Amino acid sequence: MLTCTGCSLLCEDIEAIIEDNKIKGTKNACRRGAARIKGCANRLVPSIDQKPSDVESSIKKAAELLRNAKSPMIFGFDNSSCEAQVQGIQFAQKIHAVIDDTSSFCQGLLMEIILQKKLKTCSLDDIRNKADVLVYWGSDAQDSHPRHLSRFSYFPRGESRQRGYEEDRLAIAIDVRESNTAKICKKHFYRINPKGDREFILALMEALSGKAPVNDAKNMLELAGVLKKAQFGAIFVGIGLMYSIKNDFEILTKLANMLPKFSIMPMVGHYNMRGLNEALFKETGYVNRVKFDEKGVQDNKYALIEALKNKSIDALVVVGSDPVLSLPRSVLSHLSSIPVICIDPCQTFTSKISSVNIPCAATGVESAGSAVRMDGKVITLKKIIENNYRSDEDVIKQLMGAI
Amino acid sequence: MLTVIEIYQLLPKTNCKICGDSTCMAFAVSLLGRRKKLVECTPILEENFKKQKEKLDSLLLPSAGASETGMIVHPELCTGCGNCVVACPVDVANDPHGAGMGCAPTNDRVIFKVVEGKVIASNVQECRRFGKNKVLCYACIDPCPTGAIEFA
Ligand code: SF4
Ligand code: SF4
Ligand code: SF4
Ligand code: SF4
Repeated sequence: MLTCTGCSLLCEDIEAIIEDNKIKGTKNACRRGAARIKGCANRLVPSIDQKPSDVESSIKKAAELLRNAKSPMIFGFDNSSCEAQVQGIQFAQKIHAVIDDTSSFCQGLLMEIILQKKLKTCSLDDIRNKADVLVYWGSDAQDSHPRHLSRFSYFPRGESRQRGYEEDRLAIAIDVRESNTAKICKKHFYRINPKGDREFILALMEALSGKAPVNDAKNMLELAGVLKKAQFGAIFVGIGLMYSIKNDFEILTKLANMLPKFSIMPMVGHYNMRGLNEALFKETGYVNRVKFDEKGVQDNKYALIEALKNKSIDALVVVGSDPVLSLPRSVLSHLSSIPVICIDPCQTFTSKISSVNIPCAATGVESAGSAVRMDGKVITLKKIIENNYRSDEDVIKQLMGAI
Repeated sequence: MLTVIEIYQLLPKTNCKICGDSTCMAFAVSLLGRRKKLVECTPILEENFKKQKEKLDSLLLPSAGASETGMIVHPELCTGCGNCVVACPVDVANDPHGAGMGCAPTNDRVIFKVVEGKVIASNVQECRRFGKNKVLCYACIDPCPTGAIEFA
């Protein structure tokens, strides 16, 4: 059995067929997971200034670039083991860097509130065993977390949900489009206007407190009725909802307070994003974009995008992430003017513009460790293929030693 | 899904009984149930039914790849989400602590398994749509958002 790192469900029931020390096939992993486990088509090769090199020289060059940097940033670790993340935080402390990850432009804020215990949450196993009302909000789990409905939420039988989904559970989708998840929810799909989440929450709160909302009163009262009757509910918060209400986050806590039977579950994207958020929170009280300097820890107001916009960083280490893919074009010019060091098992858009590339093992296949599932459960990652690639944890350790 | 009426409309509608069935409608039912082949209706092979025969051939074609029970899985549409694996009542009954609880199947008596990221069906003879006490079960078709499972 192996653990899939295709998404933050970290399915632990995957069988791999291994031939000649290579993965030939998988059982039980969804299509996305099967592709992930097979590995990338193009492995990253060690290089300096885009010219082939070897791992030792690349690490040496990276150390030299970082020694000369005054305000470096380390970005990524969402696709790394917890062990590598701890190493990464120590590294940031040592070289006085800012550490940030993709959560600063998606689920970070929600994660922070959950870790501060300001929102009620629960485990995925609780959901399987007890939940009767499931709300997918701004999240197309069928696409982003393909086995979410089958392993944990709607379809499985659980301790107090023995009769199957048609009788024992109800799934609701709230989204701007009829996603595959919404198709499963059928008549419990509520379509909202783009960026209409806030408006929808306000109307729903009216309905929950017994008033008839101005718009769409019938649907709203019906939804409020279903939610009120829930014995154990779960709201799966996707990035659709996060993007839409990011300027007024309190509205979500207000709604949650009106639904005491409901737990909030962040639909974390990358498999170990929650791991990094938790490790940073434990160490510093912040979940992302933390700055370490002589004075200790500071909330760095600048996440990667702002830091590039303000030209406040002069070197960037990217670990298991591909920011170039999602950064706005306007900030890419500063990125191309500073040294970028890329540590990854695979070639990425970022590796194509990096000054130094250092390949590492694919965690969960070529190196072992642990990771934190979307609900906070720690899951073991196994090593099933033996080869010469070093884990990202080891690469960071070596890099630290070389500085 | 293909219906008896659709097939009937394309048959010669003469009730000549050459096919061995008492009416064209009965033959349509036999065709849909895969008990007879279209060529057993020799009148439809005549030139004036050419268009109708071609249409019938194409309608009956997808089921050519189907199993005895008429189940067709379209692997190119399947995302391997496992909804059908967990929802099928046969899988729940035969593997209550594996597939029934949302986990990977723990034995070979289940109908659905996900291999290489896509679903494959076996033991289809156990499907509730067939056999003596058949019922019109939708528990694998309904939870599949991509339409990857069909019954011919
Ligand atoms: S649902 Fe996620 S973790 Fe599970 S097999 Fe699919 S990609 Fe992998
Ligand atoms: S042989 Fe053809 S035309 Fe004659 S009864 Fe059968 S189906 Fe109808
Ligand atoms: S029709 Fe019902 S019994 Fe047959 S395979 Fe589908 S879910 Fe299982
Ligand atoms: S056939 Fe449909 S429900 Fe079954 S695994 Fe494939 S996509 Fe999911």
